Amino acid sequence: MVSTMTVGERQMALGLCVLVALCGLFMAVAGRNDLMGPQGVVVLLAGILGAIVVLRRLDAPEPGPERLASYYDEPIKFGIVAAMVWAIIGMLVGDWVAWLLAFPRLTFADVPWASFGRLRPIHTTGIIFGFGGNALIATSMHVMQRTSRARLPDQLSPWFVLAGYNLFCVLAVSGYLIGVTQSKEYAEPEWYADIWLVIVWVTYFILYLRTLARRREPHIYVANWYFLAFILVVAMLHIVNNLALPVSLSSAKSYSLFSGVQDAMVQWWYGHNAVAFFLTAGFLGMLYYYLPKRAGRPIYSYRMSIIGFWGITFFYVWVGSHHLHYTALPQWVQTLGMTFSVMLLVPSWIAAANALLTLNGAWHKVRDDATLRFMMVAAVFYGLSTFEGSFLAIQPVNALSHYTDWTIAHVHAGTLGWNAMIIFGAIYYLVPQLWKRPSMYSPRLVEVHFWFAIAGTVIYVFAMWNSGITQGLMWRTYNDSGTLAYSFVDSLLAMHPYYIARAFGGLLFLIGTAVGCYNIWMTTRTAPAARIAPAGQVPDMPSAPVVAGE
Amino acid sequence: MFNSHYQLERYSIGLAVAIIVVASIGGLVEIGPLFTIQQTVEAAPGMRVYTPLELAGRNIYMREGCYACHSQMIRTLSDEVERYGPYSLAVESQYDHPMLWGSKRTGPDLARVGDKYSDQWQVAHLTDPRAVVPESIMPGYAFLERTSLRTDDLPSNLAALKALGVPYSDEMVHNATTDAYGQSAPDSTEAQGVKARYGDATAVRSFDGNAGVVTEMDALVAYLQVLGKLTDVAHAEPQLQGDAQ
Repeated sequence: MVSTMTVGERQMALGLCVLVALCGLFMAVAGRNDLMGPQGVVVLLAGILGAIVVLRRLDAPEPGPERLASYYDEPIKFGIVAAMVWAIIGMLVGDWVAWLLAFPRLTFADVPWASFGRLRPIHTTGIIFGFGGNALIATSMHVMQRTSRARLPDQLSPWFVLAGYNLFCVLAVSGYLIGVTQSKEYAEPEWYADIWLVIVWVTYFILYLRTLARRREPHIYVANWYFLAFILVVAMLHIVNNLALPVSLSSAKSYSLFSGVQDAMVQWWYGHNAVAFFLTAGFLGMLYYYLPKRAGRPIYSYRMSIIGFWGITFFYVWVGSHHLHYTALPQWVQTLGMTFSVMLLVPSWIAAANALLTLNGAWHKVRDDATLRFMMVAAVFYGLSTFEGSFLAIQPVNALSHYTDWTIAHVHAGTLGWNAMIIFGAIYYLVPQLWKRPSMYSPRLVEVHFWFAIAGTVIYVFAMWNSGITQGLMWRTYNDSGTLAYSFVDSLLAMHPYYIARAFGGLLFLIGTAVGCYNIWMTTRTAPAARIAPAGQVPDMPSAPVVAGE
Repeated sequence: MFNSHYQLERYSIGLAVAIIVVASIGGLVEIGPLFTIQQTVEAAPGMRVYTPLELAGRNIYMREGCYACHSQMIRTLSDEVERYGPYSLAVESQYDHPMLWGSKRTGPDLARVGDKYSDQWQVAHLTDPRAVVPESIMPGYAFLERTSLRTDDLPSNLAALKALGVPYSDEMVHNATTDAYGQSAPDSTEAQGVKARYGDATAVRSFDGNAGVVTEMDALVAYLQVLGKLTDVAHAEPQLQGDAQ
């Protein structure tokens, strides 16, 4: 990590760590009577930890100029490990709270941090930002170097982005446990964490532009368009949605700038576009590089890539209001949201079809190679959940589905079936390459992981479809005398078997992820096999143009 | 079109600018007018603001993540109106920074739960939900009754909301700490100021049954009991057939 930096970069890294530690100290002291205090301690410890890591290798020999002839992959390895650690944390907490819904008495004794309401955002943040975010940053650094045939511009900013991003995630999750949250769904972290993320994110964007500026390919590859959209639009959403007035500089509490109906629209403009640009655009970037690479086929259609990309970028931003059908949001905004949601199906399916058609001529590989099968299944689930999304956005359908577990089914078809599957596919592609191993430690275990993941996803989604539709129907059923047929508790009782099935499906998915972690760990532990080309002498950065899929 | 794109994708800054422009349009069109079109939020003369105790309760509601399972938004559908009461109006959450409309009903909607149950029921239910509703899957919050409420920061909380446009008077901000105590201690001298500042309809009583100390249970129950009661415009407007009953 540190030994790959130049001495100047190490000194700067040390300075940054000290700066972070000082900020933490200030927060801890100024906020000692507030929840800001413990959050400051987290920041302080992070700064000290970083400083120790740098100091231990401050005097290590500097890397020579020959490093510039190869890609800089050290931070990517860190990102992959971080993603898998967050996957375990996020899925473990998710499955735990799923069991709590089935058996509420399972909970730890009467302690505030153990209740569903505080643990649930740890699941969502851990998965979306911890697992998904680290995977996105790591793969984007890999893809932008390969498709630009350029090394990252320096050895410090990638580490700043990854370490800073993980500090944000740790701050968020530790905050929920002690009761720090601004209660905006999928944007729970408080104002100071939000400001820190902006700093990290701007560095990330500049890093991306600097790498692109060094590229030796005249054209920017499709995957990079998606990663650029991911970085830019997430910045825009994050900043606007988190505009808030802190109670004081020593208080962890802030009040949102917006209120009521305007706040609702801003929150779901953010909420749905977090799906669009975090969980879709970035992941399509992954799909557009790793799937053709693994299949050994070029992307099926350049034109479909263009239509898909701009269609998604334009249409998605309009659809957030479909989360607010039949609410106090004015009808005209609801109608716009519904209309654009239906239109969104076109670019979404174009992107999914472009991926699946790329596999033409390589379907035998899908059969034999679980890594490629992860990617193929991801594209299929992407297509399915975008169809379901458009369908659920239609007002009369939404009247039934909204507030029910059907939404949960839809979200998990997307996150388990699409996001997690493409991440696992990309990671199984990357790990042997980055750690310079001939293959994964055990291809059989990749196969085992695949089937656990599929089984878990299908059980989960079917359970929630059943419970959601049952719930929605029970709530609106009238009896012959014209009154509501079921009390709320009646519908709750009907959910019980489905909640057990859901928790079981989640458990299967978690077991698959654990198998994957073991396989990755063993791969990095086994001695590198005799290399085909003696590395070190031969730079891994090709001088001739490379197109993904060749 | 495809040829011009072939040119555009050679310039990273050009691509970035194009992405920002294309991705901004939807948000601008849908969000901007919500601040300017008058009919977006109905008029509700006489709507009162949250008292300091209720605000503290609202912050506990957020802290514990109650919004993850309970919505506060009754939709304009007849079964919802019959189950929960008149559908929610935009004006009812005009002072909610942020709003807590929610997105999931693992438990029932709470937009009009105020005064639906007694304080005793609320306290018993929050302490051990299954003691009151055997089928419930809600977590218990017994610790709220053991935790005394932090009130020293309430003036700065009200001041922040005042800065954001919530019509708190300087007097309300100044007396926030004593008002929080007074609202839960009806026989104290501090209790008189609460009704003077927030209106005669304001509930002044010991919500958790222990008038000696202000606990987090007092605050949360005070908040739950005022949900849907800050204004009665929703009851005045003609609504769906659900209103007929």
